[in-house]
Amino acid sequence: MITVENLTKTFPSQGGPVTALAGVTLDVRAGTVCGVVGPSGAGKSTLARCVALLERPDSGSIRVDGTDLVGLDGSRLRAARRQIGVVPQGDSLLRQRTAAGNVALPLESAGMPAPQRRSRVAELLDLVGLTDKAGNYPDQLSGGQRQRVAVARALAANPSVLLADEPTSALDPETTGSVLTVLDRARAELGVTVLVVTHDMAVVRRICDDVAVLEHGRVVEHGRVLDLVSDANSRTAATLLPEVDQSAGVAGNHDRVADVVLVGFAAVGALLPEAASRFDVQLALLGGGLTRLGETPVARFRVGLTGERADSALEWISDTGAVVVRTPKGPQGVAA
Amino acid sequence: MRAATPWSEVFELLSVGTGETLYMVGVSTLIATLLGIPLGVLLHLSAPSGLRPNVVLHKILGTVVDLGRAMPFLVLLVALTSVTRLLVRTSIGPTAAIVPLAVGAVPFVGRLVQNVLREVHVSVVEAAVTTGASTLRIVRSVLLRESAPALINAIGVTTIALLGYSAMAGVIGGGGLGDVAVRIGYQRFDDRVLWSTVVLLAVLTTVIQLLFDLAARLVDRRRHAST
Repeated sequence: MITVENLTKTFPSQGGPVTALAGVTLDVRAGTVCGVVGPSGAGKSTLARCVALLERPDSGSIRVDGTDLVGLDGSRLRAARRQIGVVPQGDSLLRQRTAAGNVALPLESAGMPAPQRRSRVAELLDLVGLTDKAGNYPDQLSGGQRQRVAVARALAANPSVLLADEPTSALDPETTGSVLTVLDRARAELGVTVLVVTHDMAVVRRICDDVAVLEHGRVVEHGRVLDLVSDANSRTAATLLPEVDQSAGVAGNHDRVADVVLVGFAAVGALLPEAASRFDVQLALLGGGLTRLGETPVARFRVGLTGERADSALEWISDTGAVVVRTPKGPQGVAA
Repeated sequence: MRAATPWSEVFELLSVGTGETLYMVGVSTLIATLLGIPLGVLLHLSAPSGLRPNVVLHKILGTVVDLGRAMPFLVLLVALTSVTRLLVRTSIGPTAAIVPLAVGAVPFVGRLVQNVLREVHVSVVEAAVTTGASTLRIVRSVLLRESAPALINAIGVTTIALLGYSAMAGVIGGGGLGDVAVRIGYQRFDDRVLWSTVVLLAVLTTVIQLLFDLAARLVDRRRHAST
């Protein structure tokens, strides 16, 4: 696991010092995938470079399995770097080496003998699904394949933490999927703790257990993705959940209109019909939709309820664990 | 005005001259490469954006390199006479010419190497840094290996520049094709010798260039791109 505490970093510039990180605290649970998102200029990249031990923070600590890695030098710094596998931003493969040669680089740094190196490289290429491309040079690989090689290289020295800095920024949505699958597999099969810095919410949607929203060098929201989507004020929820047309149903003749967020198979599948029959109300879907966060189906629907016990039905839905937000305006002329 | 030198003598002159030229150029290129590559690596590493930033070292090396390159070769040739005598115990002949040729070429190679290394993308170098590789390993496995084709091209450029400079070695009795062209072709008004030398130098330049192009292509793995 990795714990970032109170990390600060200021860069000098002509217009005075610029604060990139203003005290970032972040806790990534062992064996989970945490996404760091935020607008450009929020400090994502600086955070990634600090965690990659490429940039030295002004203050704060970065602990991997309890050991602070900030402020090390020389051979201890190099040893610390081996604990954190890094998939750097952009094209980072050696163009004069094959895919296998690239994956072998960290093993050479670690002084692993050639025979062991070969079998380890084979294992890693298998993990990222590129066994048949072992002998190819980066110029012969697609963008997604190159990125998967970079992931295999990052995992080569058996790090406990994997840091990916914008791993999908140069890829189309389809290829993005293959890279994310590989990151997810690294977590599942090797138990690595993964930190993904990205501007792409699709990454959070697909593989992240946790998410941290960075803004102006600070974490403004941090938690489990599935918890955050159930939080009506969360901006993560706002971007991850299916959109609801705000005018939908407002002018209709339903007794109550509300947005309902449902998390999990059971809730998405059965909650609304059950509420309808239990309280004898007519329940109409006015908008919204269904999505998937990782493996979990999640829905946000705008529903219109008609019937005497509409309020009770909404209360029951809310009590069952779904998030219910009644539309602020509400329908006109309701006889309550 | 005397008659043109017979062809048989021309061949004799040219073959001796070619031998001397290749000797001077070959050895001085070798020395310039062996000293220039480490110099270029140091310039690159010590730069503010380098892996081992060191302002003082970078400034000193930069100044030395600039001074070395600003010096006209002819001046270097005569200025180094005493150094040459110290190093090779003579101040005339091809071996003596190697000293100023190499000294002149080292800063040249250093700058070329620095520029070549700069072309290796930052993210590639940083990726190696994050693997915990030592600076020495990064220099060897990443910087030099990634830029090997460009380095070979740079050495090729140096060799051809030295071929040009070696013509001035005649000044200190260095011999070589330049000496043949000036002393016999020009000063004795022997057009046959003069133009034979010109043609031979052109051929030599072309052959050297071709060889370096070939070598650069051989070490460049990227050429296997289309399979």
